[in-house]
Amino acid sequence: MRDAFIEALFSRMETNENIFFISADFGAPALDKLRDKYADRFVNVGIAEQNLINVATGLALEGFIVYAYAIAPFLSMRAYEQIRTSISILAQIRDININLIGVGAGLSYDVTGPTHHCLEDSCIMAVLPNFTIFSPSDAILSEKFVDYTLRKSGPKYIRMDGKAQPEIYADEKQISFEDGFTELRKGSEVCIVSTGYMTHEALKVADALSQDNISTGVVDVYFLKPFNEQLLVKIFREYRHIVTMEEAFLNKGGLDTIVEHACFSNRVYIGMTKLGFGDKYVFDVGNREHLYRTNGLDLGNMIKKIKTDLNRN
Amino acid sequence: MRINNLIRKSAEIRLRVLETALRAGKGHVPPAFSWVDIGVSLFYGGILQIKPSEPRWPERDRFILSKGHGCLTLYAILSDLGFFPKNELENFCGHGCLLAGHPDPNIPGVEIVSGSLGHGLGISAGMALSAKIDGKDWFVYTLLGDGECQEGSVWEAAMFASHHKLNNLVAIVDRNRLGATDFTENSLSLEPFSRRWQAFGWEVVNKNGHDIEQLIDVLSKAKQRTSAQPLLIIADTTKGKGVSFMEGSPLWHHRMPKSEEIQAALKELSQFKSQETN
Repeated sequence: MRDAFIEALFSRMETNENIFFISADFGAPALDKLRDKYADRFVNVGIAEQNLINVATGLALEGFIVYAYAIAPFLSMRAYEQIRTSISILAQIRDININLIGVGAGLSYDVTGPTHHCLEDSCIMAVLPNFTIFSPSDAILSEKFVDYTLRKSGPKYIRMDGKAQPEIYADEKQISFEDGFTELRKGSEVCIVSTGYMTHEALKVADALSQDNISTGVVDVYFLKPFNEQLLVKIFREYRHIVTMEEAFLNKGGLDTIVEHACFSNRVYIGMTKLGFGDKYVFDVGNREHLYRTNGLDLGNMIKKIKTDLNRN
Repeated sequence: MRINNLIRKSAEIRLRVLETALRAGKGHVPPAFSWVDIGVSLFYGGILQIKPSEPRWPERDRFILSKGHGCLTLYAILSDLGFFPKNELENFCGHGCLLAGHPDPNIPGVEIVSGSLGHGLGISAGMALSAKIDGKDWFVYTLLGDGECQEGSVWEAAMFASHHKLNNLVAIVDRNRLGATDFTENSLSLEPFSRRWQAFGWEVVNKNGHDIEQLIDVLSKAKQRTSAQPLLIIADTTKGKGVSFMEGSPLWHHRMPKSEEIQAALKELSQFKSQETN
């Protein structure tokens, strides 16, 4: 996802002299040629996230379209106050186009331990006014977002997975940045609302439920903020149960909370199952599949939980 | 402006700062007082190339008040120069007013949101870098507090600025030796301050922060420097300068004078009125 984004940005830099890429000592294969060709519009600030944000702000105030790049947990949390003050607050009165590219959402960096996991960022970044939060589920979405960032000014946070994911949007016509989501499957009983990596899991869950004659739809939300409450609630009304799936902490303001709030405030009183991570860091060592299993998020357990909740309705 | 007029201007600004705070019943007066002479040097000494009628003139020198709580001085200077009407000072911290307790770019002449410490130098470095990339002649001047230099982000920015040879960046530290509650050397020692900045790759100059002639002398030569290093001026100052009982005391950060203190302060600050100007 990250390489698709950077490749697209690289190609735009040929005709757009205002693009500036700034990294906190985090690399990517696609970045090597960007760094070589556009040395005057690339800076590695070193392992200094606070300064990454402040320098990005200075550049943006002077008219650059800035892309600040780091691992998601350190980008979003190490420099959170700088993001709040120098970007979020400032953006309310100054037109600054700053794009924070956080790579390693959720448990992308599975075996590296909790310091490199990022289960917090969707909620803490959504807290900040004036921010757009983009959570792509595949590389095509990531690539398409580049032109959006160039077209639309203002602060944006992109929550990107750290590993390559299968393509979902081979048919690009399915993508709607205006809507902020895509209804990948239509159903009538269960609506799975997911984002990022979890959309791939959601499609597996939907398949499994359908095989048990539970008609299941899947909505992939890629704009967590602004969240298209009106359109999504219209879809939710067509179902009798919602399942939210996000690789993030539960009940902390991420997708699950956003969906719950949308339903409640629009009087859509239907059952909800929330699939994600509980209020504990993940110290287990293992790949993503293992970590999902030890946290009750293997396919079998997810289906069981959904069915239990369905029966309660 | 001739030096006597500049000294008089400093006295006017100090008085206006106190009057503004008294009317509002609040404000960081002593931190504002310590950098008045630095501010007068920059804004009236022919240093900053700016246009009050066009606050965002693209070729302007940028002034960043990183030490945002010192804003009363900036407000007094900007209004005096005509960036916004002087009567705005009467509404400092007033409902719906322009001037808040910390500055933001809604105020003409203010570049960033400050108040939270440690951001200004990094933002200034980003601006200075963009000037280098675009081949611009304008400079960035940023004023930091010395207590502010306890923030780690200042040192990230310091490393960055020297690494990228941002010799179009001039930082001035208002070295009044006080933080919010205690002397800097009691809480987190900054000494040897000059050597620390030099070790971070800056050219460092130490000046009396209340000697306008000295300050203008070094500032006016900044644009002609041949060094690749960014420039740091450590301005030795006194917090609360101008009102004897406020000077150099940890008690006086955002404390406001009360009862007899008010008249005493106003009297001290008004002495310049009885002096002649050349």
